[in-house]
Amino acid sequence: MSIKFLIVILIVMLGLILVSSALSSAPTDTDVSVPSTTMLANTCAGCHGVNGSSVGPSSPTIAGMSRDYFIETMEAYQSGERPSTIMTRIAKGYNKKEIELMAKYFSKQEFVRQPQKYDAKAAKLGKKLHKKYCVKCHEDGGRSADDDAGILGGQWQPFLRFTMEDFTTGKRPMKKKKQERVSKLFKEHGQEGVEALIQFYGSQK
Amino acid sequence: MTNISRRHFLAIAGTGLASTALGFPAISFGAGKNVVIVGGGIAGSTCAKYIRAMDGSVNVTLIEPKKTYVTCFMSNEVISGERDIKTTHFGYAGLRKHGIEVLHDMVISIDPVAKKIGTKDGIKLNYDACVVAPGIDFRWDAIEGYDAKVAETLPHAWQAGEQTLLLRNQIQAMRDGGTVIIVAPQNPFRCPPGPYERASQIAWYLKNNKPKSKIIILDPKPKFSKMPLFVAGWQRHYGYKSSNSLIEWVGGPDGGEVTRVDPKNMSAIATSSFKGDVINVIPPQIAGKIAHVADLVDEDNGYCPVNHASFESSRHKDIYVIGDATIAAPMPKSGYAANSQAKVCAAAVVAKLNGKSAPVPSFVNTCYSLITPNDGVSVAMVYRLGAKGKIEKVKGAGGVTPKDASDAMRKREATYAYSWFKNITHDIFS
Repeated sequence: MSIKFLIVILIVMLGLILVSSALSSAPTDTDVSVPSTTMLANTCAGCHGVNGSSVGPSSPTIAGMSRDYFIETMEAYQSGERPSTIMTRIAKGYNKKEIELMAKYFSKQEFVRQPQKYDAKAAKLGKKLHKKYCVKCHEDGGRSADDDAGILGGQWQPFLRFTMEDFTTGKRPMKKKKQERVSKLFKEHGQEGVEALIQFYGSQK
Repeated sequence: MTNISRRHFLAIAGTGLASTALGFPAISFGAGKNVVIVGGGIAGSTCAKYIRAMDGSVNVTLIEPKKTYVTCFMSNEVISGERDIKTTHFGYAGLRKHGIEVLHDMVISIDPVAKKIGTKDGIKLNYDACVVAPGIDFRWDAIEGYDAKVAETLPHAWQAGEQTLLLRNQIQAMRDGGTVIIVAPQNPFRCPPGPYERASQIAWYLKNNKPKSKIIILDPKPKFSKMPLFVAGWQRHYGYKSSNSLIEWVGGPDGGEVTRVDPKNMSAIATSSFKGDVINVIPPQIAGKIAHVADLVDEDNGYCPVNHASFESSRHKDIYVIGDATIAAPMPKSGYAANSQAKVCAAAVVAKLNGKSAPVPSFVNTCYSLITPNDGVSVAMVYRLGAKGKIEKVKGAGGVTPKDASDAMRKREATYAYSWFKNITHDIFS
């Protein structure tokens, strides 16, 4: 056996050991007072589903949203700027570092869509309205997370209904461009238009 | 070996990498270690699943007498007729798919020195770590005239299944104008808001079916979980404190502590005697039987002391206790708390088996209560380990549904309660 060959074997074994310790058992953190990413993410599954994909009927899937949007969302709940039933009380339980760890984790999770009942006619209208009013920040039928906005495609319809109600009644603040588009949508198509959008998003598999 | 091509060698090395990722014995220290989990309820089942998820090389055996688990949470809706009990039935096929060996048997002995468990059917198993999740047992001697036999006519329905249906059937058979008595327990007990959600759900049934009837809650306590929210809800829906109230609550200071029941005369005796057509006695509670047999209980307290970072027993090494059987205050004895503790315990067990120390934990609890099918209230909290190594609430976090929450918001909470039920059972049993 050549020396070169032995060196190759040693390097591969070292690689295996390093990879193995990274993959096996609980991850270790350098900061001893911060729970691990897994430990933190595990606490959310009770309402938001395994790996952040909710099985409904209304609590939202949080898998796949961008890191920045996750952080923005949790901070909005902490301050109370975004209305909620329970999330303000929960969000206040985590510090900046913990939220960053959760944000990184959930941004990497797959948004698993469950089939929902939908009105095909309304969904057809919703598709048109989406292209007219929403697509700029909710690309790819609302499935994209790239614009640091909420993932709408395949999200639970009751949750979308709650959020649209909060937007259109002024309870939840919107950035200026969004405010303009939502106002225009509501002015030109009313509640029927809002519901059509919800049917469109709920129709996606 | 000398003539092996470089390409072939790298292919073998690549397979080695994949094998390691799947947890085959070669390098992981956890490989081949045995964990026995006693009790396949919320805590036990969650722990089994998460140990396997965190280290697939660990062998996990779950021992649970029941072939079908029936959840306690949402059982109040079964009692009121709002929910089919089948929706609360969960089997163990999901856990088996995760490589857990599920034995339907009962553990009767745990030897902490030999690290061996023994079952009723005569099976003996060695363990490297044992997780005990036995739930609760009742202090059968606490209320004169009440024991396990009497519970067949005066149900507790504080372990779901047959007892749930018994109570439901009694209420459905009751005449309009009848009285349902609920005897609430002293702290600490499984599901602090439970008796009051039960009263709410039964009131919902009575309001719609037998409006001349009444519920009397006899309580040893001066107050209870989410009391202001329940009282407000009962005022909204059930005429509380009016002359037509469907619900009456008698607290400890007002003579609500029941010391005796008389099944023959269908009465519950506190400082005065209360007659009922249906009497639901929820006795005071202690840790499940096997915890006492295995010397895991602080008998002055009735529950099991544990290290809060790992949930390892304070009394015996390499035995862990999780869920309702533990002393884990300020966490309540709830389904979500059991699930949360189980995950922390799983991480600690896996760490120990791999020669590492327990990771820094994070805990959560949310308890939803359905006052009506469209009116939900909640209490939530996030916990961490405090300076003294004990679980503490995160300052400024958590709390209850705001008193001035709108009907619309409480309607949303009801849908979130149902979402919690679906997601947590999916987390555990799928």
